[in-house]
Formats: sequence, structure tokens, C-alpha cells
Amino acid sequence: MTLAETGIPSAEQVKSCYPPAEVRGRGPVAVFECFQRIPCDPCYWACPRGAVLEFQDINDLPRVDWARCNGCGLCVARCPGLAVFVVDETYAPGEGLLKLPHEFYPLPAEGEVVDALDRGGSRVGEARVVRVVGKRRGDTPVVWIAVDKSLLRDVRAIAIRPRAVRPRDGGESRV
Amino acid sequence: MTTCDVVVVGGGPAGLCAALAASEHGATVCIVDRQDRLGGQLVKQTHKFFGSKDELAGTRGFEIARILSERLARLENVTVLLEATALGYYPDNVLAVEHEGLFKKIRTSSLIVSTGASERMLPFPNNDLPGVYGAGAAQTLMNLHGVRPGDTVLMVGAGNIGLIVSYQLRQAGVNVAAVVEAAPVIGGYAVHASKIRRIGIPVLTRHSVKEVLGRETVEGAVIWQLDASWQGLPGTERRVPCDVVCLATGLTPLVELLWQAGCRMKRVPELGGHVPVTGEDMQTTVPGVFVAGDAAGVEEASAAMLTGRLAGLGAVHGLGLCPEYERLSKEARRNLASLRTGPTSDKVRAGLKKLEEVLQ
Repeated sequence: MTLAETGIPSAEQVKSCYPPAEVRGRGPVAVFECFQRIPCDPCYWACPRGAVLEFQDINDLPRVDWARCNGCGLCVARCPGLAVFVVDETYAPGEGLLKLPHEFYPLPAEGEVVDALDRGGSRVGEARVVRVVGKRRGDTPVVWIAVDKSLLRDVRAIAIRPRAVRPRDGGESRV
Repeated sequence: MTTCDVVVVGGGPAGLCAALAASEHGATVCIVDRQDRLGGQLVKQTHKFFGSKDELAGTRGFEIARILSERLARLENVTVLLEATALGYYPDNVLAVEHEGLFKKIRTSSLIVSTGASERMLPFPNNDLPGVYGAGAAQTLMNLHGVRPGDTVLMVGAGNIGLIVSYQLRQAGVNVAAVVEAAPVIGGYAVHASKIRRIGIPVLTRHSVKEVLGRETVEGAVIWQLDASWQGLPGTERRVPCDVVCLATGLTPLVELLWQAGCRMKRVPELGGHVPVTGEDMQTTVPGVFVAGDAAGVEEASAAMLTGRLAGLGAVHGLGLCPEYERLSKEARRNLASLRTGPTSDKVRAGLKKLEEVLQ
């Protein structure tokens, strides 16, 4: 089954965009899961370090200069397709850090334990929310989660567990 | 009778960009829109748009509506008639409009029709039950009026609208049981499909809705698998519990005003139905009548903004108000062509080719 049939990228596609081991060993780095030529280039304009190479054609897939990427995650918040993630294998022993776009309110709280979902929406483990960035109305919030290092490549979404009493998100209005 | 240089019918992305291009060149412009605010479908688009920086890529649709409206509000030569309906355009260059209960006439040198498109219906038993919505209607309910259309939705159609509205339903806390798509592949952008798959919404290709169940309102739906010739396969029926069925099965250009004005029309399935025959300046076969946006052929909003700009430039060029027409229109056409070069625009390119052949 292909991406066009399922909406889920194939194992080969995931592998093709995943940064090489030596890059991942240096620290946080962006992963662009962008596999279809569509007219779109905000990631190029989002990167202050020039790590997303200039597009020849607006339909080009993004090409990344890993040497310039420090995994800041600005592109994660800017990609209209929510197709960029940051992985950090150097976060902690046995634990990796993942930055993912998350446009659902209420936002998780820092420290909260959430379900970790793969590209097909299946629960593959749990994650601890480390930080939530971009809470301003209209921004795409980027949630930083700590997950077992073996899950870094597979987890691409989170689901908040039912809470008895849900804390308010600091005056956040619903989109 | 009022008089102005350019009348724009429809204040969506195409109409707003047409009005901007025309008014920035000094033309007096009147926008006629049937809604109570400008922006067309943009006002309920809460997702970020694709396209290029010039067309505000990366900005949420409703913000694009706000930005374009604010640019227009700064121009003194623009008037806007809201909750107004264009009724007809006549050979003496008069547009008849119903506004505030009055029949009004506007004499204009150029008419730009940017009326958009309407959602297609799908025939199946019980498709008239309350709870069967156009996906756009469900989107209007929740994103404009803050009303949840129901608790659990079956989405029919995996084009961009079906995928985006499914995502936005989940953002509003509504369950989406599944997205069914009659074609063997997902029609919308892969990134939109991936967004809903990773939050657990199934997408079933080669599936369609067989019938909707219920007496007074929707109580469920039966879906089934389709064979290679798009026929339902008996024995594959499955019951889906849901209280809403959303149809996202395509759009058809809204072109009544162009028919009435006497424009030459051609049926181009790749562009969504009947569309006016135009030159590259977006002028129809009736001199002074231009078309822009989905009314010229169903495409993405970023393309609508550029065809709007082209129509606006064409209109002021016809009035002798645009000395730099060649350069500006060439630039807009180049940007439009680059948006349309990718594989997701194959259909649009094929449709436009058919239209060009009419004029040869």
C-alpha cells in the first residue's frame, strides 16, 4: 500500500528522509516527511540558518543541509502540512526528545504523560511532555515530548489521556 | 443608478485580489457579495495555506481574508455592498443588484465574476435526511458559528476538503468514524491525509456510502467497497454508526451570471463543469466581462488569488489605467504557471488545455 492509498508514508519513504546516524548523534535535527510535490515553500522562508535549501521550483521537495540544522523547530511550527518533526537522540540516556506540531486544545501540560501514536494513529507507547512552545492564538503549538529512544522514528502524534479535572490553558481561546 | 469602473461579484480570495489590483491602479471599484462579510470561503479556513509567499502561504485562511480586506479598506476608491445579490448583467453594461431590499443598478466599464463554486450532491437513499451535510456547510457551522454539527461524522470524499474538514471536526471535538473515497487513491494532498491518519481517522479508498439510515435524522450509514468500475460490491456492506454524513465529493463552478451575460461556455470536467472560455487575461468572450477564481475552473485558493489579480489587471488595462500591464500580468501569469506545474495540478492543466483549444 502506498502513501496515496493510505495517507501513511511507506517504510522506504520514512527511511529516505531520516537524517543519517552521524547527524542524529550530534543533537536535535529536523525530519521533513514531505513526499509529494505540491506548490509550497514556507519551510524555506522559516529557517533563519539557511538549512532548507532554496527551491528551484515551488513544487520541489525540501532539501536540508544537515550541517546547518540545529533542530530549533521553527520550521515545525511553520509547515502548513504539519510534516516536519525534530528528533534528538542525545536528549538523555535511553530517552529521545521529539518536537511535533499539535493543533488540538486543550494543550497538554508540561510534565503530563500522554499516549504516543504512530503515523497510523496506533498507540505505540507513552510520552512525557517536556515543553509546549507557541501558545499564541493562531500559532501551531509545538509539543516537546520525551519518549523511549527506540520510538523516536515512529511516534508522530500524541493523545491526551482523559483527565478528571482539566486545567485551563492560561487564558487560551479555542481556535 | 450608480457608476463605477469595475464591479467585482464575489468577495472571496479571487474577488478581493481582483479588487485590489484594479483599485491600486486608480479604478473605482464596487464589490458585491451575498454574505455579511468579505472573504468568501476563506473566513472559515482555520488551516494554514500552501502556495507561495506572495499569496500568503503559511497563513491561516481566515487571516488571509482579514489581511486582504484590510488592504482594501485603506483604498478610498472601493465600495462594498454586503448581503447583496447580483441578478443580471445587461448589454448596456448595467449590473442589477438586490441590496437592502432594493433593486439597484450599477453601470460599469468592466465586470469581474468571482462567484466561486458550489458543493456537489451525491445520490443515495436518504440523502435528504437532516444530518447529511455538504462538508463546507459543516465547516461553516463549526468554524464560523461555533456549532458542532453532531457527535460522529462519516466523511465522503478524500479530496482536500474532505481531509481538511475531517481534521477540523476533530479539532472541534467531533469524532470522525472514517473518510470513504470512491477512487483508488486519496485525491487531496498527502500531508493532509497523513495529518488525519496519525490522529486515528481511517481512510478507506475504493469505498463509498451505499445508504444513510434513520427516520427523522441520520442514525447511521452503510458503506461498501467499490469494484474497478466503481460499482458497489454486494456482501461488502458495513454499518457505520454516525449522526452526520458530510459530502466532500467535489465542486462545480457557479457560473449562472456568465451564462446570463452571454459568455461562451464550455463543459470541462477537469475544471469542475461549465466554465467560460477566456483568454490568458481572464477576459470572457463578452468584452469587458472577466472571470476569476473557482468560477473559471475549480482550483486552490492561491491560484484563485492570482487569477483574481490577472482579471483585475486586465480590467484596468482595458480602461487605460495600467501602463505597466505587460510586466505585471506577465509576472502574475508566471507565478500562476509555477503553482500549476506540479503533479497535483495535472487535472487543471489538462482542463485549461481544452479551454485553450476552443480559441484556436
